[in-house]
Amino acid sequence: MLAKRIIPCLDVHAGKVTRGQQFGRAEADGLRNVGDPVELALRYNDQGADEMVFFDITASAEGRKSMVEVIQRAADQCFMPLTVGGGLRTVDDIRTMLRAGADKVSLNSSAIATPDLVRAGAEAFGRQCIVVSIDAKKTGDDYWTVFTHGGRKATEWEARDWAVRAVELGAGEIVLNSIDSDGMKSGYDLTINRQISEAVGVPVVASGGAGKLEHFLSVLEEGKADAVLAASVFHYGELTVGQVKDYLGANGVPVRR
Amino acid sequence: MIGIIDYGMGNLRSVEKALQKVGAQTRFVRGVGDLADLSGILLPGVGAFGDAVRNLHATGTWEPLRQWAADNRPFLGICLGYQLLFDSSEEAAPDVRGLGIFPGKVVRFMPEEAGVKVPQIGWNNVRVAQPESALFRETADGSYFYFVHSYYPVPADASVTALATEYAGVEFASAVGRGNVFGTQFHPEKSQAAGLTLLRRFAQICGEGLALPDVVPTQGETMLA
Repeated sequence: MLAKRIIPCLDVHAGKVTRGQQFGRAEADGLRNVGDPVELALRYNDQGADEMVFFDITASAEGRKSMVEVIQRAADQCFMPLTVGGGLRTVDDIRTMLRAGADKVSLNSSAIATPDLVRAGAEAFGRQCIVVSIDAKKTGDDYWTVFTHGGRKATEWEARDWAVRAVELGAGEIVLNSIDSDGMKSGYDLTINRQISEAVGVPVVASGGAGKLEHFLSVLEEGKADAVLAASVFHYGELTVGQVKDYLGANGVPVRR
Repeated sequence: MIGIIDYGMGNLRSVEKALQKVGAQTRFVRGVGDLADLSGILLPGVGAFGDAVRNLHATGTWEPLRQWAADNRPFLGICLGYQLLFDSSEEAAPDVRGLGIFPGKVVRFMPEEAGVKVPQIGWNNVRVAQPESALFRETADGSYFYFVHSYYPVPADASVTALATEYAGVEFASAVGRGNVFGTQFHPEKSQAAGLTLLRRFAQICGEGLALPDVVPTQGETMLA
């Protein structure tokens, strides 16, 4: 039986892992350096992480260069699936990361700005390695607006519509990140996760809001997510990946041991 | 020396590093070249079946590769490299022929149940159907491996199925083996300890990573079987 995946996410700034509290603050004064990305990845590897996401928040040429090195080092030591996101704008950017050892690339603002990048990427490398990451914020009754640029810029897209469109274009997986929940540790947004999971035929990864064990269970069951992504709850050692898996397994969720 | 076939279908770095991790010597094989120094061949691959067939022909790798596997020399196909061992695929036009080492066709998951996602992406477990296999003998029933695929092969001869996995309402052959020729639908190089164990076995079948480095399998000979 296909296991539900537990995916730690590392925000990388100039080659180092950082974590702010909420959207936008990471780039301002809220940066907290929590170490070397590859060392952290190896720690999560030992804890039984099913996959790793490296997210480049540097958004500069030097940052991307150091990200390539991070991915190479991680891929040489962690024999598990790796996803890289942040600042990838062209098919060449995607190719560079896949060559460095990434299995998937995560496109966010660039997919909105240039939907053809999703199509071209899927055509060149297969849809299985093209992830479209959606930052969604509830802006009305039963309405979630897609934001870009780290949650700063509202788009014309409604989250479910964009998810469906992204899959049509060639996305093989959707990451749904709730701006309202991110960094709040109050639980994932179950409603929008479930709606998107039911609307698309590809896996949906829930992101933003994990604080307690129960949050992982509820988004996998009620939220119908195929995988869960979390950052700070793992970074600061509040929970280990192993604890999450033990809890989920005890509650009847298939997890890899 | 294990040759990793480089034919423009996906990233080879992870496979290379994983084989080196388990003590194997590796080199990339581009085009025809001389395969005399090789003790085994690994055919990776991510992408479309038709593109892969075209690239293998275009690089001149097709016939030496087919001959190698037909001669029962150590061969491991991974993911698309696994599917290429069969006759044909629903992903490509009917006249696009695979290597045909294992009779059978590659078909697409057609889930009837709502909520089953295609591609299958993630960790799924296996039932060991060939417990005596030289490659899979250390693989425990229920072990998890990492899969990313929308298509899977259906071997015409069910006895070649080495590992079986359930997804989308079917139990499919997640790995096959016959003699020294093997294929896995999952990515052992991305499957942590379970995958590295399997690659270590393959390296040993190739005479790599052994205490006796001068032992090289000859044609048709089953190492450590």
